[in-house]
Amino acid sequence: MTMTTTAKQPLAFGNIARSNTAVGLFFMLPAAVFLLCFLTYPLGLGVWLGFTDTTIGRDGIFIGLENYEALARDSVFWMAVYNTIFYTLIASILKFGFGLWLALILNEHLPFKSFFRAIILLPWVVPTVLSALAFWWIYDAQFSIISWSLMKLGWIHSPINFLGDPNNARASVIAANVWRGIPFVAISLLAGLQTIPQSLHEAASLDGATGWQRFRFITLPMLTPIIAVVMTFSVLFTFTDFQLIYVLTKGGPVNATHLMATLSFQRGIPGGQLGEGAAIAVAMIPFLLASILFSFFGLQRRKWQQGGQD
Amino acid sequence: MSITEQTNPHVLTDDAQGMSYLNRLPRRIVVLYLPLAVFVFVLIFPFYWMAITAVKPNSQLTDYNNFSPFWVVKPTLDHIKYLLFETSYPGWLWNTLVVAVCATALSLVASVFAAYAIERVRFSGSRPVGLLIFLAYLVPPSILFIPLAVIVFKFGIYDTKLALIFTYPTFLIPFCTWLLMGYFRSIPFELEESALVDGASRWQILIRVILPLAVPGLISAGIFAFTLSWNEFIYALTFIQSSENKTVPVGVLTELVRGDVFEWGSLMAGALFGSLPVVILYSFFVDYYVSSMTGAVKE
Repeated sequence: MTMTTTAKQPLAFGNIARSNTAVGLFFMLPAAVFLLCFLTYPLGLGVWLGFTDTTIGRDGIFIGLENYEALARDSVFWMAVYNTIFYTLIASILKFGFGLWLALILNEHLPFKSFFRAIILLPWVVPTVLSALAFWWIYDAQFSIISWSLMKLGWIHSPINFLGDPNNARASVIAANVWRGIPFVAISLLAGLQTIPQSLHEAASLDGATGWQRFRFITLPMLTPIIAVVMTFSVLFTFTDFQLIYVLTKGGPVNATHLMATLSFQRGIPGGQLGEGAAIAVAMIPFLLASILFSFFGLQRRKWQQGGQD
Repeated sequence: MSITEQTNPHVLTDDAQGMSYLNRLPRRIVVLYLPLAVFVFVLIFPFYWMAITAVKPNSQLTDYNNFSPFWVVKPTLDHIKYLLFETSYPGWLWNTLVVAVCATALSLVASVFAAYAIERVRFSGSRPVGLLIFLAYLVPPSILFIPLAVIVFKFGIYDTKLALIFTYPTFLIPFCTWLLMGYFRSIPFELEESALVDGASRWQILIRVILPLAVPGLISAGIFAFTLSWNEFIYALTFIQSSENKTVPVGVLTELVRGDVFEWGSLMAGALFGSLPVVILYSFFVDYYVSSMTGAVKE
């Protein structure tokens, strides 16, 4: 073996750049085939379908912007856009607030810390659809355990109509989404918190900083890069959420909780209007790009401010 | 880069008690233990409610006046028996397992090669490709499912497990590649260089040197990918029509929920049993989960 390789060595050195590219491309091949076939191509096809009147079982023809013009006049679509932004905004703020709080708690010295950490991640590990079913039962109009407990306490007199009233339904799905999202935010931020040296806090408190000042001027700035990434992911996944709404309300009552993803599914698959469904899905892309770019540039500046991390 | 690398060792060894000794017990109870207890209660309660509903006899299920809803008097296995013997539930579990294992294996193999090529072979254009992989991770399934349904139909794999096994890697490969790139980066170049000097080929280096060192990364990526594919819903809902090919999340939602009379007991039993495999896997590999989650975010 050594004989053959030593013989080949000069040749390999001569063509090192070219052979590296060849080897690299060869190694990339399996992933590239999958991603081109099932990611890039569908992405392009989706954009194309948005310009056609394709239905299930019939290839469509190019109709230009008709789908988008129809959507622009469609009050249900605008309701879904409004809902999606509202849902994403409120849920992300709540997830961030509670997640950061939980991370700060877990960052203290606690007994059974790893046990708590393991328990807290559970909502995020369990399939969303299955935990959403549990929420469906918890939000039951008649036998909701929350209504029952509040009635026992004497705070309310009749059961809360969690999913039947538009505003209640919005609040309920946001609550379920926040429940599922807190663990991800908390555990990721906890990882960030653990890299902040205690000595900074000690030095600051010797200088007379209060607890709030230490949080505001040490913890928060040190944590900003991770916050930016975590919240980008959180916003992206919330914005494109489908499962929770599909299980809990299917977009109802009277489209009050339709998100763009659920509307796209409803029009595209059960409704059969693949073209229109694709157009709604494509309409999500500008929002997603905006949030990615926002956090990307926010992130760059922050890293530079800290003077580190390439 | 240099700054963080210099300070990092200090950061990691700084396991001093900090200033927590300054907080006396009453303050700790109000500031720490009480909020923590509330958090844990809220985060765990739905699972408790799921479990207790699954074993409650129907008579107690909706009778909150005579029976405390928080406890069960005579637990029953009827709902579970019904689920296992009178529905297609075991078949759905099997489908989910097959799909998750195949999709994970496929993605891991493709990702190992891709991550190695991007991170270590460093062919021309490897950096843009790495960035593209990351962007691919950000493409959500909810904008892909309609065109993918068209493609799956054209390939003639609509309503088969293959449809899911081939489409799940679209979100698994970017994730696994990204994670493994981080792991490969932490393996010293010197090992690879000495193997090269000893006359090993790229293939041998990958199999004999890099992979054994990246086992923790492979485990992280593997269990995470398995969980993601176990939990996947929108593709499975769109691409699968017939009951015998459904996965657990889709099956429970579309077949066990019917009409106006909800069988809450069996529904919750279905949710519980569908969650158990990932929870058990998770309980064995908590640290790997945490590292893969934070690893994907940190880069």
